[in-house]
Amino acid sequence: MSDVKKFLYVNRRAPYGTIYALESLEVVLIGAAFEQDVALAFVDDGVFQLTKGQNTDGIGVKNFSPTFRALGDYDVQKLFVERESLEERGLSEDDLIEVVYEDEDDDWEEKPAIHVVSRAEISDVMAGADVVLSF
Amino acid sequence: MKIGILVSEGPYTHQAADSAYKFVSAALAAGHEVPRVFFYHDGVNVATRLSVPPQDERHIQQQWTALAKEHGVDLVVCIAAAQRRGMLDANEAERQGKDANNIADGFRISGLGQLIEMGIQTDRLVTFGD
Amino acid sequence: MSTLHTVNKSPFATQALISCLNHAKSGDAVLMIEDGVYGGLGGTGMTEIVTELGKSVSLYVLAPDLAARGIDTNRLIDGIEGVDYAGFVDLVAKHDRTQSWL
Repeated sequence: MSDVKKFLYVNRRAPYGTIYALESLEVVLIGAAFEQDVALAFVDDGVFQLTKGQNTDGIGVKNFSPTFRALGDYDVQKLFVERESLEERGLSEDDLIEVVYEDEDDDWEEKPAIHVVSRAEISDVMAGADVVLSF
Repeated sequence: MKIGILVSEGPYTHQAADSAYKFVSAALAAGHEVPRVFFYHDGVNVATRLSVPPQDERHIQQQWTALAKEHGVDLVVCIAAAQRRGMLDANEAERQGKDANNIADGFRISGLGQLIEMGIQTDRLVTFGD
Repeated sequence: MSTLHTVNKSPFATQALISCLNHAKSGDAVLMIEDGVYGGLGGTGMTEIVTELGKSVSLYVLAPDLAARGIDTNRLIDGIEGVDYAGFVDLVAKHDRTQSWL
C-alpha cells in the first residue's frame, strides 16, 4: 500500500447548469475506496452545490444533493466551505445541507463534516494538499 | 519526474486537449515520464475514432494516438463519463447492446479509480479543462 | 512548499484569475494560459487589481498563447514573464503541486 496522500477536490461551480459538480462527486465516491486523506473545498459558486431544498422535478435532471449526505458513510470528514463565498452570495451555514460522519476515534459519535472556514484557511488547505483535482 | 495529466474538455470546442498535448510533448522532450493521461467529462470525446476535421487543421485524436504509440503513454477514458456521452469500445458496445463502437487506437476505457491511482503514483498532476 | 496555479480564462469573462490570486500564497507562481493570458495585459481595467493581488507571487504567461492572440510581450504588466511549453513543464516540476483554476 503506497503512502497516504492528501487529495483535495476543489469545487467552484454551481450545480445543474453544468455537469462538473455531479461528476466530481463521482470521483470522490470512487476515490474513497483508495483510503487516501480526502478533503473537498467549496469556493466561489461551488458553495451553491450544498444548498438545502434542491428540487429538480421541474428541470428533469436527477437531484444529486442527497449524495453529499452519503459522503459521511464513505468516511469523508472534511467538506470545507468558504465563508466569504457564502457571504458574497447572501448565504449562511443555515442554508446548507447537513453532512455528518461517525468518528471511530470518539465512540462513533456523529460529527459535522461540513466546516465553514475563512478564505485564508481554504488557502492553507490548498497549500497543504498533495494532489489537487479541480472540476 | 512522473507527471499525470487530466483532460476535462472535448476536442476543438476547448483548447484544453491541445494545451495538454503540447504540454505532454514538452514534458517528454525534457525527459519526464508521463505514464497516464486521464480523459474525464467531455474529455472522453477526444477518443473518438470518427473525427474528420478539415484537412488544414490538426487531427487531435490522431495526435494523441501517435503519442501513445511512440511514448507508451496510457490514455484512459473514464467509463462512466464515456457511457453518458456515447463513447464505447467494442466490449462496451456488445455489453450494452449497441450497434457500433467508436474508440480510437491507443485509448482504453476504464474506471475512475485510474484517475485516483494516477494521483497516487505520480509526482505531479496537471489539469487541462474549461 | 509552493504551488503553481494555472488560469485559462480571461479575467474579463470570469472570476477565475481573481479567485486564484485571492487564494495563492506568497512564493506561489501563477501561469496564465489559453484565454487566461489576457490577464497579463497592462493598461486594462483589471491591471491594477492583478498587479496588487499578484504582488507576492510570480506571474507568468504562456508565450505561445499570447502570440496566438496577437499580443506583443511589451503589452504585458511589468515583471510578467513569458514562458514556452518547456518553461511550463519546468514550473510544474519546480513547484510542489499544480492547481488549475478552471
